Amino acid sequence: MTEEIIIAGFGGQGVLSMGKILAYSGIMQDMEVCWMPSYGPEMRGGTANVTVILSDERISSPILNEFDTAIILNQQSLDKFEHSVKPGGLLLFDNNGITRMPQRNDIQIYCVEAAAEASQLSMEKAFNMIVLGAYLKLKPIVELDNVIKGLEKSLPERHHHTIGTNRDAIVRGMEIVQQYQF
Amino acid sequence: MAELRLMKGNEAIAEAAIRAGADGYFGYPITPQSEVLEYFMAENATERTGMVVLQAESEVASIYMVYGAASTGKKIMTSSSSPGISLMQEGLSYLAGAELPCLVLNVVRGGPGLGDIQPSQGDYFQSVKGGGHGDYKLIVLAPSSVQEMSDFVPLAFDLAFKYRNPALILADGAIGQMMEKVDLFEPIPRKTEITEPWAVKGKQPGEPKRTITSLDLDPYGMEKHNEHLQAKYRAMEENDVRYEAIQCDDAEYIFVAYGVSARICQKAVQLAREKGIKAGLLRPITLFPFPKKQLAELADRVKGFLAVELSAGQMVEDVRLAVNGKVKVEHFGRMGGIVHSPFEVVAALESKIINV
Repeated sequence: MTEEIIIAGFGGQGVLSMGKILAYSGIMQDMEVCWMPSYGPEMRGGTANVTVILSDERISSPILNEFDTAIILNQQSLDKFEHSVKPGGLLLFDNNGITRMPQRNDIQIYCVEAAAEASQLSMEKAFNMIVLGAYLKLKPIVELDNVIKGLEKSLPERHHHTIGTNRDAIVRGMEIVQQYQF
Repeated sequence: MAELRLMKGNEAIAEAAIRAGADGYFGYPITPQSEVLEYFMAENATERTGMVVLQAESEVASIYMVYGAASTGKKIMTSSSSPGISLMQEGLSYLAGAELPCLVLNVVRGGPGLGDIQPSQGDYFQSVKGGGHGDYKLIVLAPSSVQEMSDFVPLAFDLAFKYRNPALILADGAIGQMMEKVDLFEPIPRKTEITEPWAVKGKQPGEPKRTITSLDLDPYGMEKHNEHLQAKYRAMEENDVRYEAIQCDDAEYIFVAYGVSARICQKAVQLAREKGIKAGLLRPITLFPFPKKQLAELADRVKGFLAVELSAGQMVEDVRLAVNGKVKVEHFGRMGGIVHSPFEVVAALESKIINV
């Protein structure tokens, strides 16, 4: 099994850290992992994206042009990566701020209203964990327990008290994700 | 107990230096390798092992701090990215001339000039042909994973001390910035006693005088010194070539690639084989000494080679020398920080080698 994922959104949305937590979760499950960020000026306020690969085998290229899954958190990223999803693959997006909806009919498209939910529950900082929960509901490639272990590994100790909140956010994401209706 | 961690290439190399018992690091920040110095500071390297970590005032200062510290027989390291490594070339020539072991990391970015900060492999010529003046070589190791960024640190120090020669780890922005699982090796304690018979450490009564220099105004002496250096480089070619052959056994076409390009070519091998093209990958791990013999042997039984590099075509020249006209050798690469995709690489194999 190899899962090739692109996560893309604005800098500050937690795109890179979500990828890191997912990668650490993979390690907790004895998988091979690779996390390849966009780095440089685009990180400072523009769009940020990260490629995460989880696999049972040695991982080849960290640079890819098509993905099993695209997790999309803004319009620019939707425009850029909708066509990079492999036929039959998964596109998961948050419709907050999206004006041009996804068009493809040869892939699975799901929507998670994570920004709205995070704001309603006053857990804005756990926004990316709601998205991660939605993804894991659709592709349960890592177990929730291993995600929690991954969180423990990737968060500095001073933030360990937030793990409960993060867990709640992941579970909430699993509950609210739904198939996108054209 | 080995320890598994998710790390950036730049972090892994700094952690490996601490674990390898490095005595000193002198460097100056530059993207995409600033995490190296940051990691040493964040990890309190000095407290952990007693090693010296110092931000120099420039790359020129860094390399001469390396020269001075390496003269004492200690394990010394610096790191930079392309423009900074260019500034160090004079010092590297002096280090090679004075036969001083040290470790230099270049996390290559797009060039020439200040270029950009995205991954590139445009510094191959500078690394393997001698970027400074005079007839000298560096031992050049090319990691293609975060694991190798860690593993190559003790290896580079071993080779540098074995030959009394600077060793260069030639990485690229992608290998430096990406995170992978790293199995960290057991820490090696720092050497407390300097046993190198050449090291300058303060002459004791009765000991002969030792001098570290690259200067000899007697041309006969200088020629002899050059012959000695050349003999070392031949010994490296004889004994320390490293490479990895992936699916080469039944291959008809061979990609030759190092660093991040080798990773992309692994995927290209898979894609090509799905299309029925028998492709393989020869990945040089040491760029100097270069796996000439292995390429020459492959040339007897394959139909063509494609050198895949993030440059206008540099390593391809060494592949052509090794293959020596037996079969077609072509180059494919993107430049300026653009990274080729596995699809592009397969398409290039078809258009430049197979369908010609």
